[in-house]
Amino acid sequence: MLKATKQMILPAIVVLVLCGATALAQQRGASPTPEDAGQTSVWRQVRWSPYVVGAGIGILSMLTLLISKEAIGVSGAFAQTSGMLEKLFRGKTAPVREYYREHPPVINWGWMFVVGLMLGSFVSARLSGDFRIVSVPARWLESGGDSRLLRWGVAFVGGIIMGFGARWARGCTSGHGISGTLQLAVSSWIVTGALFISGIATAMLLFHVVMQ
Amino acid sequence: MNDVKQNKAAQLVLGTAFGFVFGFLLQRGGVTEYDILIGQLLLTDFTVLKVMLSAVAVGMAGVNLLAHLGLVELQIKRGSWGASLIGGLIFGVGFGLLGYCPGTVSGAAAKGYIDALLAGIPGLLVGAAIFAWAFPRLTEVILNKGDFGKLTFDQLLKLNRWVTIAIFEAMIITVLVLLEIYT
Repeated sequence: MLKATKQMILPAIVVLVLCGATALAQQRGASPTPEDAGQTSVWRQVRWSPYVVGAGIGILSMLTLLISKEAIGVSGAFAQTSGMLEKLFRGKTAPVREYYREHPPVINWGWMFVVGLMLGSFVSARLSGDFRIVSVPARWLESGGDSRLLRWGVAFVGGIIMGFGARWARGCTSGHGISGTLQLAVSSWIVTGALFISGIATAMLLFHVVMQ
Repeated sequence: MNDVKQNKAAQLVLGTAFGFVFGFLLQRGGVTEYDILIGQLLLTDFTVLKVMLSAVAVGMAGVNLLAHLGLVELQIKRGSWGASLIGGLIFGVGFGLLGYCPGTVSGAAAKGYIDALLAGIPGLLVGAAIFAWAFPRLTEVILNKGDFGKLTFDQLLKLNRWVTIAIFEAMIITVLVLLEIYT
């Protein structure tokens, strides 16, 4: 336990520093200086070119393997969180499920990666003024109406199916769709192709038949 | 370098930092935005495909070069028709309903999207729990059906690794150029 606590100190510091940077960014965002009016700094631009973003992710995938021996992936962290919560509710004496024996629910590189992801998205959105509280996204409003219950209900069910499917497929749009495909893994190209085909079919059915 | 690779605390910090960059990029690329993601699935907006394909184009050349130089070890995921094809198809149904994937739902939640935070993420956790519960039975019945292990395309096609990479790069760049022309 003590060891685990010690291991969390450094990450906690990083998280705090990043939050501090965000707070600063916000303050600066509140009072734009005159010179910003003419040309927007790159950090304030709401959107970057998809090619620049993609190339950045490509370089990031090299760095994570080189420095951390880890490939970019997200969905595993959700299974780990789920396992930790289950442990919390069922107690430590309950038998550990076979899945968690093979994939221990711990705080590791991949788990902190998702914490970092959320911080990065938050800071980015704050810097560019793109942060806003949205209950029902615009495109959904257009076809599905303004009922929060309907949007959240469908999102929750979708989340369950996706969380289940991600474990079944052994990865998601990041772990297979980016990290796996760029390594020429046959499994990853199959998963990525399948998830886009059924994703497109489901979205088309939902927007053009069910909710139109 | 080897010290860093083995130091657990340092790796947790690095994980956070790498994740930070990933989240920042996803948000700036617009792919944490519901309208853009669902636009991709409705085939009216191709931002997601542009981001993914350019990431793969750059990463494929870079990562394989690093592996060729012996600087990184590749991490190929095991596959089987039962796990990969059916798992991908199930995933896609959830993707279409939710409108975010696991990475982008996290990013969307962090930029103020309540549907991602209060519905999408809890859903993902429940889905993972159900899978963990069903795992032993699914392993027995379907997950290993048609197993092909850690197969890569150069092995499948019996081609030189770099020839295979050149073919994939050419296909990806062709698709990107066509997307740029027609969308």
